Amino acid sequence: MRSVRIGAGQGFYGDSVDGALDVARHGDVRYICFDGLAELTMAILQRDRMRDSALGYLRDLPAFMNALLPLCRERGIRLITNAGGINPAGAAAAVREVARRLGMDDLRIGVALGDDITTRIDELRAAGAPLRHLDTGADIDEVRQRVVFGVAYLGARPLVEALEQEADVVVCGRVADASLFVAPMVHELGWGWDDWDRLAAGVVLGHLMECSGQATGGNFSGDWWDVPELDRIGYPVCEMREDGTARLSKPPGTGGRVSVDTVKEQLLYEVLDPRAYANPDVIADFTTVQLRQVDSEVVEVAGVGGRARPDDLKAILGYLDGYAGTITIGYSWPDAMPKARRAVELIGRLAARHGLRPLEQVVEHIGVDSVHGDAAPVPEDINEVMLRICARFATEAEAKQFPRLAPPLALNGPPFIAGGVAPQQTRTLLGTWPALLPRAMVEPGVEVHVDAAGAPA
Amino acid sequence: MSVEIALADVAQARSGDKGDLANVALFAPTDALYAAFLREVTSERVRAHFGRYVQGRVERFEVPNVRALNFVLHEALGGGGARSLRSDPLGKSYGSLLLRLRIRLEEGDLDGAIVGRRAAR
Repeated sequence: MRSVRIGAGQGFYGDSVDGALDVARHGDVRYICFDGLAELTMAILQRDRMRDSALGYLRDLPAFMNALLPLCRERGIRLITNAGGINPAGAAAAVREVARRLGMDDLRIGVALGDDITTRIDELRAAGAPLRHLDTGADIDEVRQRVVFGVAYLGARPLVEALEQEADVVVCGRVADASLFVAPMVHELGWGWDDWDRLAAGVVLGHLMECSGQATGGNFSGDWWDVPELDRIGYPVCEMREDGTARLSKPPGTGGRVSVDTVKEQLLYEVLDPRAYANPDVIADFTTVQLRQVDSEVVEVAGVGGRARPDDLKAILGYLDGYAGTITIGYSWPDAMPKARRAVELIGRLAARHGLRPLEQVVEHIGVDSVHGDAAPVPEDINEVMLRICARFATEAEAKQFPRLAPPLALNGPPFIAGGVAPQQTRTLLGTWPALLPRAMVEPGVEVHVDAAGAPA
Repeated sequence: MSVEIALADVAQARSGDKGDLANVALFAPTDALYAAFLREVTSERVRAHFGRYVQGRVERFEVPNVRALNFVLHEALGGGGARSLRSDPLGKSYGSLLLRLRIRLEEGDLDGAIVGRRAAR
């Protein structure tokens, strides 16, 4: 039976390249797929693009390519990445530049375009897509004037097209995370686009692999203290067979752990209804997935069922929603918490006196309640606390001025501050607006181009 | 016999974000504990446990093939990762927050389970 071996190379924007290098060296794979796009990442890239229109793709893409291309070229490993973010053409140009510098003028680079709907929002609404908020049903008019980007989630088809045109590297933007991995499976194993169970199996494996070390022992809530060598954790490698059964493992000699317990945590990561995990190419039923330990560091994934793809594609719009200013101040024993509480009162009065009007604010005591909130018991007479006040303002000027209220409290406030008063960076806040879009409004505009790195641009 | 335990004494969990929604998957180590979780860890209890962090509803999905309950928390991330004012804007710690929840177990619920494993101090 035919099969294909695929490795994971990146789980988020900011991931280390070491995992991908281990996969390339020791994973015995034909493809490595890189997922660098989370919803938060799209917002970060939008902030980049607002500063410089040539940006908007993952800035570490050239470094990844520089580290990987020589090895992957030699071994015939093809690379698929959504590092294009909201500027895949710019990302492809960056890869081209790296390839030329490495003397690989014949390296074939593919790019998929057409997911960006930023400039098409009014046109799409006029064509009959209401773009209501997917969760709340709210009208897009609530935020329309503040929308700064929009992308639709594409599936694996444009990537398969690029592979058919013999691309060595495929760069795309907002292709669904799992679809990056589905593309080489479809390309190599000849699955049909209505072969729902197999496509669903591909989505499950892609989903398991898209967060790199989170399937192989990273962020593991079980006996994490016994997981070996997390400093050189092996990223997931799968062998997908023609019939849709797969084996998930990691490169030999690497750290981490592949067990039913580590893999199942990733199975449900960022999943809503497990019976209906919607991907652009198929709806996968995660309640059908059977996981079985078949060898040391090898888990078999079988039994996956799927059904016909959804009629609509998911889109994400980002809109400006004010500016955040952040204050931190550390306080020491004795009476660390009462001091922090007094500081919150003082900051509130200072803000009012300076004409700063927070639209909302969050007060956290780091080390006490910043992650578990009201469910965390507050211990008596704690050793120290880091107070954090984050406030949202309508204007950037207010958000910048707010943190400057804190340093004077070192001399003018409660005693024994313990560091942390340096003003924090102001953040532009971006709200995310999920919506549905008929695929006929997006797919006809999807383009795939594959060219040699040395070809004239 | 009836005992009270924290979910952290027996269960695994992982959480993540989707816009302003968070999901928390809770994994039982045995069939008996999965049945106990079905009985004890209701959407209502989870909603109350998370308090002000969750402004919307809580849905619960059963995933028996991996003995898991998947909770979807609506309006639970202060407007979403890039909009949140919190120091955990993506709800990464919501899994551990759920593991704080204490539940009552009946005779037999703990059969075959390892209870209270923790890292060395």
